[in-house]
Amino acid sequence: MPGDLIAEGDFHPLANTYRVGDKVYSLRVGLSEVEGNKVKVIPLTGPYVPKVDDVVVGLVTEVSAFAWTVDINSFFPAFIPAQSVFGRRFSPEKDELAREFDVGDAIVAVVAAFDRSKDPMLSVSGPRLGRVPNGQLLKISPVKVPRLIGRRGSMSKMIEDASGCKLVIGQNGYLIVTGPPEGMVLAAEAIRMVEDQAHTSGLTEKVERFLAEKLGLQPPAAPEGGANEGRTPAGDGQAPEGSASNNSKSLEEEERE
Amino acid sequence: MNLIDENGTRIDGRKVDELRPIKMEVGVLKNADGSAYIEWGKNKIVAAVYGPKECHPKHLALADRAVMKCRYHMAPFSVSDRKAPQPSRREIELSKVTREALAPALILEEYPRTAIEIYVEVLTSDGGSRGAGITAAAAALADAGIPMRDLVVACAAGKAQDHLILDLNDEEDKEGQVDLPVALMPNLGEVTLLQMDGILTREEFETAFKMALEGCKKVYEIQREAVMQRYFGESRPINKEA
Repeated sequence: MPGDLIAEGDFHPLANTYRVGDKVYSLRVGLSEVEGNKVKVIPLTGPYVPKVDDVVVGLVTEVSAFAWTVDINSFFPAFIPAQSVFGRRFSPEKDELAREFDVGDAIVAVVAAFDRSKDPMLSVSGPRLGRVPNGQLLKISPVKVPRLIGRRGSMSKMIEDASGCKLVIGQNGYLIVTGPPEGMVLAAEAIRMVEDQAHTSGLTEKVERFLAEKLGLQPPAAPEGGANEGRTPAGDGQAPEGSASNNSKSLEEEERE
Repeated sequence: MNLIDENGTRIDGRKVDELRPIKMEVGVLKNADGSAYIEWGKNKIVAAVYGPKECHPKHLALADRAVMKCRYHMAPFSVSDRKAPQPSRREIELSKVTREALAPALILEEYPRTAIEIYVEVLTSDGGSRGAGITAAAAALADAGIPMRDLVVACAAGKAQDHLILDLNDEEDKEGQVDLPVALMPNLGEVTLLQMDGILTREEFETAFKMALEGCKKVYEIQREAVMQRYFGESRPINKEA
């Protein structure tokens, strides 16, 4: 809790703490951690602060002659300079930015440069970056993203395996789920569960049990083998015709939770 | 009107140094980044915090820190005679007072060029609504995850019929002699708001000020408990390592 005394003595205040004399206090609501003489607080609530090299999911909000403006769920709008997509020979007269990304498109990008005196700059050059062709957009609190990924990706992998969907998790709390419709519903439920119970311990087991229960209840149309089959086409970005149109529609509607 | 009887019992049955009942809940609004609801005596107040977010209009943004925008507003139905909805002189003052009582707690430098918006909406009003508003707004700020050096709580003391009393209600505020609202950062022991309406001797002031500080500390326990409830679902003792 803000103002709570966490440690007293010769301690070094790290993230979300501050020191007065030899007392270290918390700045945020969160869980405190003391390692050696270093103290920090892992926040349980708060906004997304861009960090260089973070993978983020963003929504294009504006297309100008020279750059795109992207909503990355932060207090600053991010931008992608056109040159980084079209290359050095970019010319604002000839190149039409909207052909690459248009308003409302979801994109996966990395934060290329950011300090708090400037708006964050994104880059889409790299494997698995760029426009997202289909899928469903979910939003969770950015401070809960590490919990959703889990230790070395264990949590997100478990949800992917059980639902047969592919998850793209942005550090900013936006995520994209692609896969068969029933898998997406299951994945969304599991993600919601992780978000609600992010601060509790033994969460991985709880989610595992929840997923097993749900899979057991589902009709035999989507057994474990079927779920895995469904994953391959979705991963290639070529989901079956029916679900593809379904997916892109839900993306446009931009589900707000 | 007789505010205090010969036994020292006040108009609502309290003793001179007794608070009104307080109930608080944090995280009541889904679309706000942080929110809190407080019932303090007959006060019913919702506080909402939005941000940090882009500062509009842009020319108000500061290059080195966030801008705090604060609005204290009373609903037209919050008093017995309908109140015009536009901000009155008093509400403009209380907006400023609330902002300045909360500002010392916030680390505004953390989010330069942004704005933090605080809305305090009084649904039903009683005495001491500025204190209740500040208490709720501080909890909402913590809920929004804005770095704060400490929570802020407020409580008033005052004087009515020559008795020093704690936590004035509406009648005591209007008919009484003195109102002394105080806001405090309880862990740091720093006062962020001190107003006085009326006249006290130096001794009376010191006693009343101490009473108000004691009141603040009691309010802090309730406020802290409410934030704890929101994030841990149970109360935990202070200083326990999580």
